[in-house]
Amino acid sequence: MASGQERVLRRRIKSIQSTKKITRAMELIAASRIVKAQQRVAAARPYSEQITAVMGNLAAGGAGLDHPLLQERDPVKKVGFIVISADRGLAGAYNSTVIRTGERALLAHQAEGRDYELTLSGKKAEGYFRYRDYRIGDAFSGYAEVPSYEDARKVARAAMERYERGSDEEGGTDQVELIYTRFLSMGTQKVVNVRLLPLEREAIEDAAAGGDGPQNAYEFEPEPAQILERLLPRYVEGRVFAAMLDAAASEQAARQRAMKAATDNAEELMKNLATVANKVRQAGITTEIMEIVGGAEALRMAKSGGKVDYFPETVLSRDILVDTLDRSGAFR
Amino acid sequence: MTLQVELVSPERILYSGEADMVVCRTVAGGEVAFLTGHAPFLAALETGVVRVKTPGGEEVAAVHGGFVEVRDNRVIILSDVAELAKDIDVSRAERAKSEATGDDEDAVAARARAEARLNAAKRNS
Repeated sequence: MASGQERVLRRRIKSIQSTKKITRAMELIAASRIVKAQQRVAAARPYSEQITAVMGNLAAGGAGLDHPLLQERDPVKKVGFIVISADRGLAGAYNSTVIRTGERALLAHQAEGRDYELTLSGKKAEGYFRYRDYRIGDAFSGYAEVPSYEDARKVARAAMERYERGSDEEGGTDQVELIYTRFLSMGTQKVVNVRLLPLEREAIEDAAAGGDGPQNAYEFEPEPAQILERLLPRYVEGRVFAAMLDAAASEQAARQRAMKAATDNAEELMKNLATVANKVRQAGITTEIMEIVGGAEALRMAKSGGKVDYFPETVLSRDILVDTLDRSGAFR
Repeated sequence: MTLQVELVSPERILYSGEADMVVCRTVAGGEVAFLTGHAPFLAALETGVVRVKTPGGEEVAAVHGGFVEVRDNRVIILSDVAELAKDIDVSRAERAKSEATGDDEDAVAARARAEARLNAAKRNS
């Protein structure tokens, strides 16, 4: 009969099967969300391209690059970090990679005597740094899968405010680094650490050079410098927003991969366990046959008065054997 | 000859199409209208209404700050908070307006935003 061991195995197979159904569903959901996330990345591109172009035109039009958000500070005493993680797990190494990169950057600056200030996006980053007793400046969460511009603005504002305060004041920073996962393709996502503040002057100068130059002189209203003053914060917000959208797409891609691996594992495990279960069942049947044969033999021995009869006239009834095998499931 | 107009928000392009005239409100100079052949122009926008006169009618949007760039008969309006009039929830805007009482900076800005939304919605209907 199905032994206890076999029953346990069958039960495990069933449980793995239902786990597999769940991971498979999550894989499919993630796959469909990647497409949506990618569309959001693409939809956000015109704005960031245009705002960069406008910035270039302003620089070409004579807006001085002496805005505080463009000023390098020396020495840098305190560095701000914006770490963008997810709110949920089950995405393979997605969260831990970006969080570790952030932590490593922080420790590297610390080793050189610079203090840190953390601006965290996503529940996972907050949980990690809080558990390890890091000092957390600001933490935002609840939107990681579908970030809106408003969410990005909050994070960017918090970081900009600290940067504007400067390290001489409580909670201020001299430099801000942005750590997030860039979505390169369906199969490749890479954690990057870019300097957010002060903004790279080169980027603006490149944009200015890429413009039409003075021959296409713009009329400005108000002065270029004043427009730039309004534009730079929007530019910073835009960069944080773009990073969040990339991170959201990467999260889904990582989750899809992780869930696919989980589904494949479940399948493999089910196959192996089924083999083991079948072996156990076979062993059970063999044991039972041996018992019956042994029992019949013993009976005959008792009848013949203890003599071992190696050539009995009547072989063990074929009916009994068939019946036993049938009951033990050998013909199933 | 028409203007090529794009109204771009950080999340998507809200409107893209041809127009005869675009009217918006800049920070320093009040209302400005652009027709074809306008000189290159770059300005910061005030919270207010943007009107795009198209051959077939008018497209109205509320913008809360932003920038406008005009060049070679292309008008690009960038705004981090912009809504097309047809997407504006009038009752919500009215509620926002009535809630934003007071004289502090935030309340004044909120009231201006709500009014811009209501104006845009009114023009559209």
